[in-house]
Amino acid sequence: MTKNQESGMTKMKPWISLGGIGVLAVLLLAVAPLVLSDHWLNNLGKYSCWAIAAVGIGLAWGRGGMLVMGQGVFFALGAYSMAMHLTLETAGDRVPGFMVLYDPLAPLPMFWEPFRSTGFTLLAIVLLPVVVAGALGYALFKRRVKGAYFAILTQALAVALATLISSTIRETGGDTGLSDFKYFFGFVLNDPANRLMVYLIAAGLLIVCLLAVWQFYRSRFGELLVATRDAEERVRFLGYDPANVKLVAFVVSALMASIGGAMFVPIVGIITPAEIGAAASILMIAGVALGGRASLFGPALGAMAVGWGQSSLGSTWPDGWPYVLGLLFIVVILFLPYGLSSLPARFAALRRRPPKEQPAPAPAPAELEEVHS
Amino acid sequence: MAPLLNGSAQGALLLLAALGLSLTFGQMGVINMAHGEFLMIGAFSAYLVQQVISASDLSIPVALPVAFVVAGLFGLVLEVTIIRWMYRRPLDTLLVTVGVGLILQQAALQIFPSQGVPVEKPSWLDGQLTVLGYGWPLRQVFTILLASVCVAVLSAWLKYTSFGRRIRATVHNRDLAETAGISTRTVDRLTFFVGSGLAGVAGVAASLIGGTNSQMGAQYIIPAFLVVAAGGIGQLKGTIIAAWAVGVALAFFAYWTTGSLAQVLAFILVIVFLQLRPQGLFTVRTRSLV
Amino acid sequence: MTGASLVVTDLRVEFSGFVAVGGVSFDAHPGEVRFLIGPNGAGKTTCIDAITGLTKATGSARHGDQELLGRPVHKIVRLGVGRTFQTASVFDELTVLQNLDIAAGRHRSSFSLLRARRGVDPSIEHALEETGLTGELTTPAGILSHGQKQWLEIAMLLVQDAKVLLLDEPVAGMSQDERTATGELLQRIAAKRIVLVVEHDMDFMRRFATRVTVLHQGQVLSQGTVAEVQADPKVQEVYLGTAGAATTAAMAVVLEKEG
Repeated sequence: MTKNQESGMTKMKPWISLGGIGVLAVLLLAVAPLVLSDHWLNNLGKYSCWAIAAVGIGLAWGRGGMLVMGQGVFFALGAYSMAMHLTLETAGDRVPGFMVLYDPLAPLPMFWEPFRSTGFTLLAIVLLPVVVAGALGYALFKRRVKGAYFAILTQALAVALATLISSTIRETGGDTGLSDFKYFFGFVLNDPANRLMVYLIAAGLLIVCLLAVWQFYRSRFGELLVATRDAEERVRFLGYDPANVKLVAFVVSALMASIGGAMFVPIVGIITPAEIGAAASILMIAGVALGGRASLFGPALGAMAVGWGQSSLGSTWPDGWPYVLGLLFIVVILFLPYGLSSLPARFAALRRRPPKEQPAPAPAPAELEEVHS
Repeated sequence: MAPLLNGSAQGALLLLAALGLSLTFGQMGVINMAHGEFLMIGAFSAYLVQQVISASDLSIPVALPVAFVVAGLFGLVLEVTIIRWMYRRPLDTLLVTVGVGLILQQAALQIFPSQGVPVEKPSWLDGQLTVLGYGWPLRQVFTILLASVCVAVLSAWLKYTSFGRRIRATVHNRDLAETAGISTRTVDRLTFFVGSGLAGVAGVAASLIGGTNSQMGAQYIIPAFLVVAAGGIGQLKGTIIAAWAVGVALAFFAYWTTGSLAQVLAFILVIVFLQLRPQGLFTVRTRSLV
Repeated sequence: MTGASLVVTDLRVEFSGFVAVGGVSFDAHPGEVRFLIGPNGAGKTTCIDAITGLTKATGSARHGDQELLGRPVHKIVRLGVGRTFQTASVFDELTVLQNLDIAAGRHRSSFSLLRARRGVDPSIEHALEETGLTGELTTPAGILSHGQKQWLEIAMLLVQDAKVLLLDEPVAGMSQDERTATGELLQRIAAKRIVLVVEHDMDFMRRFATRVTVLHQGQVLSQGTVAEVQADPKVQEVYLGTAGAATTAAMAVVLEKEG
């Protein structure tokens, strides 16, 4: 082991990562619009929205050890806030079409009214997830609810919210969801130029989120978060309240999911409970697991890959896709718990070591390198 | 009165679904998210038994042990192939079994008609039992009886048989049990077999009350887990009370509001409850740091 | 004497009916290396658990004029009370520097947490020198030797500027040289801080203790200097049983050699 070399590399690594974000920014913001068709650019926009949510999951789960199985909830908060605003914008002064369908004289539900305002909508997209995740996280972390309990409770919340939306057809559009948006803050959504703009906003937000976690990971907070993940009680004995540390990561991850959800709506043009329920939340996890939960780029790239699989394989081979997804969980978690991004470190470790020492699925070596980035 | 009785039956079904989960979670500290799919396997087993023995009066009593063994074998295979490698990573086990669940769901969807299959109720469950002027469907009474029998057999088995004692010893102190000459591997496998088998029995009961389809497992896993969490890990007593409480609460909420709002309210109830007692109803005190 | 003392009065801990600590009182002052000894199950670790808020207790544990009992763990730490654990618990995946930096962090503003670390805090450098870990700055804590991990824990207490150090079996599993180094380290640290050590190792206790409290079945059996405690017939009875004078004499010979 050459300690000095390694520490030199780890000092360099944040800047290499920053360069990586730069390359990704050029690819997404400059190259993709030039080479991709409108259809594929729109798809890439959709994957970017999932990737934004995935970056947050990487922060909460990979670095914070909180398995967030219900990010669909926060995705929904952003998505439905945006969708309600766009629906009202499309409807103009009238009550949205789907509501009139059941009762021609139906008044607009009270909670829809404020979403007419652009400012309120944008504020809701940011504040709703912060408030909900803040309250939920505070309640759970202060009482030291963690591990599988936390995971299942968050998923239960996603199931409950999806069920609630499904069953309130008049107020939320139920299973058919909200769709047919014509305008995006005044811009006509049919116009290719405006669609490009929407894509660029989504891709730009993904880059911003990556920059945010990049700073998180190299900061003292990032180290503290890893320490809390690995030895929560020990952190307590250093004078920190681990609940607060986890709360920050959880709230930020919820905010990112909400932003992803908000951009998902104008890009895809529809939001339904199926996009936010248990299955959708698990799909978000799948990408993060595949890419590498604790790495900087793994969650985003993994989410894009799974998103691509979902929308291509899922439609051309719908019977096979669930098997692929299921096997992905089994194989990745069993053999490569730190995802594809841990492969280079694995290979390097293999080459350094005599071959008879087969690596047990212990995550330590890959994890170590990630911590420094 | 109606919600109380309906809720009790619903609680009994939840208890059946949670019983096996409580056993495997209590023993290994890992959540088997495919537990719901084992329940589904139990329900489909009941359907398949009915294809062989068409007299439904007879087929359900036959289906119970068959479902137990079939679901149990699925559990055993899962333990031997995957879960045994992951005892040190409980959260990851949760995700791996999510994957297993997805595969089993899709397989069921392709093997059986996608709208589900009908499991015929035996004629001896057609009647009603009149309780304080309310006609209580015998199916519900049967669920409660079945749950009671399962609880009784399980607790007697844990308490009085040598295998049961070995399981309890392993739960309390794995390392010590091992040094005392207990093969913890055998214990793990057996526990998983029994726990998954119980899910199969729950599936037969569920097939008599609701539909039998590929999605049914997903409906049960979350409530079943909430019951285990609220009851306290590895605490049979707590699981029973929690299941009954959640079942009755769901029935009352559904009675007052709608079914879906009831789910949301039940979820909030569990969170509030975990605020008061984070370790569940009953806890085992330990001195360890974590 | 400099600074406040740690005064424990009538400390009681019960685990569902079982009295683990039944009314223990002792005090510890800066400038002395204070030992808490006793056979297994005497309640030594439970005392520390109670003082640090890990276990609920009644009675009183005061540092200066601050009552410690009844506060949450992290608040007690912020009052300057730090501890180590029987099994060294450091953050294995973080480097020595990162470990220490987190320990030093409780005085920082939350805003500064969001920035990356630049350079090494003087307090960290000082603690590294004190514990002899200077060369291991960038080593992941997980691959340190057992003794080094214990020292890292002590160094973490130093950088978090703990006024009271509660050390749970700090020399367990250490070699003879490491024990000596640790003992000398504790004596240096104790000049300005309160050091309370829970130990099994009698030899280590004899060499480095200023004052000793012997616990037995949750009660204080004896208290005083090493010589006083060793001379106490009650202590001899607990440690040697009632096996008689022959054993006592044999032990005396052994003790003589070791001392």
